[in-house]
Amino acid sequence: MIEIDNITKIYASARAVDGVSMTIDTGTITVIVGTSGSGKTTLLRLINRLEEPTSGEVRINGQSTLDVKPHILRRRIGYAIQGHGLFPHHTVARNIGAVPQLLGWSRDKIDARVDELLDLFSMAPQEFRHRYPSELSGGQQQRVGVARALASRPDLILMDEPFGALDPIIRTRAQEDLRRIQQALGSTIILVTHDMEEAIRLGDRVAVMDGGKLVQHATPAEIITHPATDFVADMVGDVERPLRLLSLTPLAEVMEDGPANGAPLPREANLRDALSACLWTGRSAVPITDKGKIIGRVTLDAIRARAEVHA
Amino acid sequence: MLAPFMTLAANRIVAGDAVPIWAVVPVSQMIPGLAAIVAGLALGLPARHVGLRLAGPLVGLAGLLWLLVQGAPALLEGAGDYARVSPAAGFWCLLVIFALLMADAITAMKPGPFQRALLLTAVLGALSVVLGSGALAPLSVMQEFAARRDAFASEATRHLWLAFGSLGMAGLIGFPIGVLSHRKPALRSAILPVLSFLQTIPSLAMFGLMIPLLGWVGATVPGARSIGIAGIGFAPAFVALVLYSLLPVVGNTVAGLAATPPQALNAARGIGMTAAQRLWRVELPIGLPVILTGLRIVLVQNIGLAVIAGLIGGGGFGTFVFQGLNQTATDLILLGALPTVALALTAAIVMDILVDLTRRLPKETP
Repeated sequence: MIEIDNITKIYASARAVDGVSMTIDTGTITVIVGTSGSGKTTLLRLINRLEEPTSGEVRINGQSTLDVKPHILRRRIGYAIQGHGLFPHHTVARNIGAVPQLLGWSRDKIDARVDELLDLFSMAPQEFRHRYPSELSGGQQQRVGVARALASRPDLILMDEPFGALDPIIRTRAQEDLRRIQQALGSTIILVTHDMEEAIRLGDRVAVMDGGKLVQHATPAEIITHPATDFVADMVGDVERPLRLLSLTPLAEVMEDGPANGAPLPREANLRDALSACLWTGRSAVPITDKGKIIGRVTLDAIRARAEVHA
Repeated sequence: MLAPFMTLAANRIVAGDAVPIWAVVPVSQMIPGLAAIVAGLALGLPARHVGLRLAGPLVGLAGLLWLLVQGAPALLEGAGDYARVSPAAGFWCLLVIFALLMADAITAMKPGPFQRALLLTAVLGALSVVLGSGALAPLSVMQEFAARRDAFASEATRHLWLAFGSLGMAGLIGFPIGVLSHRKPALRSAILPVLSFLQTIPSLAMFGLMIPLLGWVGATVPGARSIGIAGIGFAPAFVALVLYSLLPVVGNTVAGLAATPPQALNAARGIGMTAAQRLWRVELPIGLPVILTGLRIVLVQNIGLAVIAGLIGGGGFGTFVFQGLNQTATDLILLGALPTVALALTAAIVMDILVDLTRRLPKETP
């Protein structure tokens, strides 16, 4: 459990982070979202003490981060940033193994861990281990950057706009990968983004920052249906609101028995996908498949009912 | 080719008479040499094929050497005991032309660092074979050398000490200053202008300034004189060279360390590297080519500047240059100048190879 306790950071005279408190459960993804200058990156950097707090403290599993030397603390916390920040003069293997090396792991153990992570990110170890970052595509560089953050199996991983430099298609895949890997490993992740779409897609909880203050910390559904301030409502967007809400609900939740025609959707898809399919092809229901077998359908009426529940 | 190929003088001081290329040796000996030169130019100048462009100048150089080796004793024959022969404008021009052609051909072949090291060894080897064979002994420069064989060895050692010693000292002083300046922008903006100012002092003035300065130190600081610090000699020359070297060393260290992408540096801090680890594992390896380029500048510059040290009794090849100037003996000047040029060229090529080797590690393909 990560407890951020009334933390404040003052630069010159500006309050970059102003009395923020929040508690983050182990094994969840918390997304801090805000516009530029909202203090979201500073808040993240206060957690691993890349910035020192003016007042307040952060506790990880009950222990204050101020009780540990900063560089020792940082080796226990994964860190991934926008534009990957890989070392250009080191191979992929050395980049991923950077933290284990700092921690003094044996060579064999590091090599095994590097291969394991490359496999996890669907990059064949024999092919990629010895390449340099400049020999990778943008998406691959970003995956190596995340793999480096995971390498020492840290309790906590901090990510600062990790997908910011990727094009939309690769970004969506990277987000899915991160979700999958986080669920497999049970890691705790705090991720900073300016993109509300990303926050809703990835976050178990979303924390909205504005002018250095934490204005709302809640589940994505609550952020959409009950925004705490006008600013949060603006971030979600009036027009986008119903669609974003639908995107949070998997098809399985409103599935019913019955016939439906046309191209099916997999059960992992969400209601927004189903609505889109209905509108585009003029259907009032879409069939749902699981491992290639049709298991039910979702109707337009069910989708509409779901979008109206908050009202 | 119409310019005088060699000169023949009655002794080592007076100006010589020009001898055109066709009069250097009897016709029978001239034809193969001249043919080789013409062939060399014909092959080397227009050829598309890189191999030919390299082979042409080699043939031409062989022709030049042949005429020189044959011509020197032939001209000296019956010209008196004190007579001297030297290569003249025609020879030097052709030499430069062939050297340029060869350099151009080698550049076009894009040799890797190891091939360049091999080429350099081959050239130096060939040079030492030609000089060691004694075939050039009749030439005036070589006679000056023969008269000063021992002095040449000791001045050469002295020259190397001046150039490499000042480089080492500048590295020892400049590198830490560079690292500190990189860390503290305030220090950087204070130090670099001072070093730039030092660089603008004309070299003669700098060496001159050292005389009263170190003379005073030698006279007042106890023990200074006993370790050789005095107004003239090795110490002031050494100090002047170190001062000249500081700007390239500090400047390139700062530039090299700044070459690390900010994101990589942010990540290095974020994953828990200490300041020392960031320097040694990230900033230094990435900046090494730039830092080595600075050392290359210093080395080549100091090999040249060390000649001036001869003026204040610092020793080195400059001793011959200034003796030669005083005696108006051109060939004695050459005895000082030619090895300096060769040394500087060799040093530049070796350092370039080192820079390339350090740059190679991260391949720069997208």
